[in-house]
Amino acid sequence: MVAHLLKLKLDLLRNSFKRTPWQLVGLIIGGLYGLGMLVMVLVGLAVLGAADTALIGTVLVLAGSALFVGWLIVPVVLSGLDMTLDPARFTTYAIPMRSLLAGLALSSFIGIPGIITLIAAMGTAAAYWQHPIAAAAALVCGALAALTCVVAARAMTAASTSLASSRRFKDVSGIVMLVPLMLLGPIMAGISTGLSDFSAYLPKLADTLSWTPLGAIWAVPADMSGGAFGPAALKFLIALATLAVLLWIWQTCLAKALVTPAYAGSTSRSAGKMGFFGMFPQTPAGAVAARCLTYWFRDPRYSAGLVIAPLLPLVMMFAASQSGGLASMGLILGYGGAFAAFLVAWSISSDVSYDNTAFALHLATGLSGRDDRTGRVMAAGVLALPLGLLFTFAGAIASGNWAAYPGMLGLMLAATGAGLGLASIFSARFTMNVPLPGESPMKAKPGNSFLATLVQMSGFFGALVLCAPVGVFLVIDLVQGQTTLAWPALAAGAVLAVVYVAVGINVGAALYNKRAPELLLAVSVDR
Amino acid sequence: MTNPIAPSSGGTRPPALSIRGIAKRFGEKIAVDNISLDVPAGSFYGLVGPNGAGKTTSLSMATGLLRPDAGQVLVQGVDVWAKPLEAKKLMGLLPDGVRLFDRLSGEQLVTYSGLLRGMDKDTVAERVKDLLAALDLTKDAGTLVVDYSAGMTKKIALAAALIHAPSLLVLDEPFESVDPVSAANIRDILHDYVNSGGTVIVSSHVMDLVQRMCDHVAVIAGGRVLAAGTVDEVRGGMSLEDKFVELVGGRNQTAGLQWLRTS
Repeated sequence: MVAHLLKLKLDLLRNSFKRTPWQLVGLIIGGLYGLGMLVMVLVGLAVLGAADTALIGTVLVLAGSALFVGWLIVPVVLSGLDMTLDPARFTTYAIPMRSLLAGLALSSFIGIPGIITLIAAMGTAAAYWQHPIAAAAALVCGALAALTCVVAARAMTAASTSLASSRRFKDVSGIVMLVPLMLLGPIMAGISTGLSDFSAYLPKLADTLSWTPLGAIWAVPADMSGGAFGPAALKFLIALATLAVLLWIWQTCLAKALVTPAYAGSTSRSAGKMGFFGMFPQTPAGAVAARCLTYWFRDPRYSAGLVIAPLLPLVMMFAASQSGGLASMGLILGYGGAFAAFLVAWSISSDVSYDNTAFALHLATGLSGRDDRTGRVMAAGVLALPLGLLFTFAGAIASGNWAAYPGMLGLMLAATGAGLGLASIFSARFTMNVPLPGESPMKAKPGNSFLATLVQMSGFFGALVLCAPVGVFLVIDLVQGQTTLAWPALAAGAVLAVVYVAVGINVGAALYNKRAPELLLAVSVDR
Repeated sequence: MTNPIAPSSGGTRPPALSIRGIAKRFGEKIAVDNISLDVPAGSFYGLVGPNGAGKTTSLSMATGLLRPDAGQVLVQGVDVWAKPLEAKKLMGLLPDGVRLFDRLSGEQLVTYSGLLRGMDKDTVAERVKDLLAALDLTKDAGTLVVDYSAGMTKKIALAAALIHAPSLLVLDEPFESVDPVSAANIRDILHDYVNSGGTVIVSSHVMDLVQRMCDHVAVIAGGRVLAAGTVDEVRGGMSLEDKFVELVGGRNQTAGLQWLRTS
């Protein structure tokens, strides 16, 4: 039975290549990336082996604990990360719990993160080339550690299933967890500056961690290499107990999940709440705009973008704050507004892909390309422009440089216009392999990466080119140390934005009118 | 193969839907192989066939969702693929196997469907209310469609297809997972609609339903039309189900699953 489950996972993987060769390209690229990382890790480990045993222990325990925490957290953030072997699909086949657990755990190693974790964990043996006995122990402990990682991930997933089966929780949790991830850089920098003598603190932290379930397994070979066999044995027991407890949690939650079918709790609500439909002109284009705007707030795949876009300039600003003062932070914030607005505007480049087959309604109602494009542009514009305005305004206040304000506005307008215009054309031509409606916004579609990256890159590059006329004014000002061209930059930005949007809608509409059935066919392949 | 019948409402109305030699191939597989059909105006037309017969593919091509490799489709004389926007105004479509904009509430979705067709908002609001009441969805009007049951989802999609009062309704599997009471209500609505001069095409694989409900039927299998005409002509004294099995074949003549016995 375990072998069957493993074979199932392999078959699923292989069949996914048959659908499109891009899947294979993506897997190869992902695999090469993983392989590169792995080689670096292994070389690093071997080099580390030259150091004294205490340092080896400290590094491995800390790194190992971090890896373990990663496996615990990632499945929650990426709800539905890898549900190819979703336990819920096995409910009707009376598979013995023991076989199911073993099969699911081992199948986690079929896949890039799993296999790399396994090899890297067992590769810690390379760090003990001066201590053969510890190296042998590291091989065993590494395998055990990798197993603990995947079991922990599975246990977390199973434990959160009951919560996650509620649609609202799924919608919100994915987005909420994004925020700390985005701000990881600033948070870590804050911690490291807070603890000025961090390096002195690390061995102590490692020592403490080595007695906890997080670090125990990694400390076993380290202790053995130092001759501390007693503590090593104790820590090995802690590690075994950890695995046992995790297995028990997983089994209990899984057993419960298997007999509790997913139930989407909802209360019926009566008519009358028309939301955005009451606010937009009640024309075809207005209706599309209202629908898209509703989706921006109700569909986590859109809202995630809405959360990320404003955070990016903040992260950029943080980087600047390390070097410059408040004035340069303000400028970054102001010009970063253009980037945030562009990101929101560019999001509609995968609009049709996000619609998936619901797009059939636009087709069946005989909606014209112009109305479809205009509506989508209106919705994204309504969000992008205020966001950009907010950032440029905040930037001007923070920097106190009001002379530069028109320039910031001009760049923001040009970037928004370029994003909307380009996206209107791209989304009428290309469909992408995006998370399906109802899936986690962070769900990575294996193999999508190559073509999607190509489209994204051309969008970003195109926007850069389109913003160049405004950029020229700003750069001249910057070089000359003046702001005389700020107003011309605003004028150019405003005119260009209108032109870009108009051209984008026209070209996009023509493409849409010609290819709408083909777009529907392309998105219905993936459903 | 086709058997045009004089329209029930008399006169010389052109066929509500006229399919001329449409074909579609997906890779190696020929999904629809040269299908021609005439659906008389004012008829209640059933389209039956086994799974994978090409029903959904044919209907998608007839309604402008899927571009045919060959052939022509006319809706009241308007070419669907030459003048799609004009032809689609005449049709209401309930597609099978496609998603809905399910993050909208039921009320919003039906309104959306009306507004997309360029109807004015007062008419839309009035009809949405009527439709929700007729389909027994009023108390769930504000619930998101994603939280609807399968049957409710079918009903809200039907409402979205009806809102512009089309003269031709194309319904792909309209009764799937709809409860019997709602199904009876829907049948009443459709009969009234046909009696007032509208034309309905339904695809189904429930033969009983088609025999009772429809006046015309076409049997499709393997991407071809095996028989078409009035229900009485096609079934020729047999029950539609027996005739269907006779036409399509594929009944297992063996003794079945010998081991699947409890005693």
